[in-house]
Amino acid sequence: MPLFNHIGRYFILLGNVFSRPERFSVYWKQIVFEIDKIGIKSIGIIAMLSAFMGAVICIQTAAQIDSGWIPAYTIGFTVRQTTILEFSPTIMLVILAGKVGSNIASEIGTMRISEQIDAIEIMGVNSAGYLILPKIIAACLIIPFLVIISMFLGIGAGALIGVMANLVSYSNYELGLHLDFKPFSVAYAIIKSFVFAFLMTTISAYCGYYVKGGALEVGKASTQAVVYSVVFIMIFNVILTILLLL
Amino acid sequence: MIEVKNISKSFDGKTILNDISTRFETGKVNFIIGRSGSGKSVLTKCIVGLHEVNAGSVEFNGRNFSGMKRKDRKEIRKELGMLFQGSALFDSLTVEQNVVFPLTMFSAGTPEEMRERANFCLKRVELEGTNQLFPSEISGGMQKRVGIARAIAMNPKYLFCDEPNSGLDPQTAIVIDNLIKEITYEYNITTVVVSHDMNSVIEIGDHINFVNEGKLWWKGTREDILNSGNQELDDFVYASDFLKDIRENLRK
Ligand SMILES: Nc1ncnc2c1ncn2[C@@H]1O[C@H](COP(=O)(O)OP(=O)(O)O)[C@@H](O)[C@H]1O
Ligand SMILES: [Mg+2]
Repeated sequence: MPLFNHIGRYFILLGNVFSRPERFSVYWKQIVFEIDKIGIKSIGIIAMLSAFMGAVICIQTAAQIDSGWIPAYTIGFTVRQTTILEFSPTIMLVILAGKVGSNIASEIGTMRISEQIDAIEIMGVNSAGYLILPKIIAACLIIPFLVIISMFLGIGAGALIGVMANLVSYSNYELGLHLDFKPFSVAYAIIKSFVFAFLMTTISAYCGYYVKGGALEVGKASTQAVVYSVVFIMIFNVILTILLLL
Repeated sequence: MIEVKNISKSFDGKTILNDISTRFETGKVNFIIGRSGSGKSVLTKCIVGLHEVNAGSVEFNGRNFSGMKRKDRKEIRKELGMLFQGSALFDSLTVEQNVVFPLTMFSAGTPEEMRERANFCLKRVELEGTNQLFPSEISGGMQKRVGIARAIAMNPKYLFCDEPNSGLDPQTAIVIDNLIKEITYEYNITTVVVSHDMNSVIEIGDHINFVNEGKLWWKGTREDILNSGNQELDDFVYASDFLKDIRENLRK
């Protein structure tokens, strides 16, 4: 099917997702459940990856500026910029697309091929809304928090490794952190993570919702969900950066 | 009563249903029979609106369902119950949660009343004590029964069962068949059963529609089906040589 048709069907699905819920209390329960599944259960991996990345960026930068001409506070500055601007909002979302996106697509895809979605529809319940809206809301609410946690851990781990390995003194690192700091860069990161969370959940849900066939197709849908989520995250990264920073 | 008027359905240019008209009576067990792949499930899904028809219309007690907008269909949807071919239970929910699900969406009752209703339905299908089990923890026959309990939770006026006893042993199949029959008469439901199992047809079928090559080939009562004189139907009914022999002997 041509890309054009996919985009059309994607927006039709979104239209159904955002139509009036049958009963808010049921949706609310689902949102709480999804916040736990999408957000809380991802904290571990996000924390680990953020800490290691922060540490590695610190070591890398220190290795590059060995010459002595470049001031040591550059290390703190670089870790901060990399983490806040790209690593936490973009790379973390790419990783979440692999974890959460594939899960959403295979869960919804399995419900499609086992006729569970038909069973929901037959009751007069809007299946797209019931299954997808709570995931979107949960992801858009919780993922920006994960991104903030990731920023703190990345920068913190950079400081820890920098001081422990004697690459930079803490005061120099901190000087770098404060150097030319624009609070808007954090807002920019949060906006990005919000948009990426939306893209990731809706694209993955789309891939699962229209599965036809059997287990093989669910597997394919789950792969597609990750691939397309990542591609669109990257495209929107460029678009948002142009819009927000230029 | 459900009236199906001249419906046709094709997928990607391939015609599956061709100008089918029939009528399903209230308080009766109406059958749709035919070979695998003949379009029975597609016909059922067209009737309940899971597929859009290409031509024709479907009326539920005079209300033109297929011509309605999505929003208006919801009212009729609440009067429908359906048992799916593979049960289609929500596998992340327990047996009780499955049956309560439609109630939590629409019923005005308290959670306690909903649970009571769910328990009543589970009792009706003789599944007390399984409330906290997950669908993967119960047998195929029990899954079908949970499917029936979920389908009747909202007191439907119309009940659809797609191959209710496929994949079940003959004894369990009879239990399910009888359950469908009893529920139909008890609550005066318009029941539509899709099947290719002649046992069920003979056992509980009031009106029978035989679908072949996308067309409604024959319709009639269970008394007529054994002596329809219709070649294709006979081939279906007397599929095995064993049955053909029995028929020959009866005729002699
Ligand atoms: N969603 C669909 N898209 C395309 N073809 C379909 C679809 N659903 C069913 N078909 C085709 O319609 C025919 C009838 O299928 P079905 O109604 O499931 O048969 P059965 O009588 O065994 O229930 C089959 O050839 C099947 O491949
Ligand atoms: Mg079928």
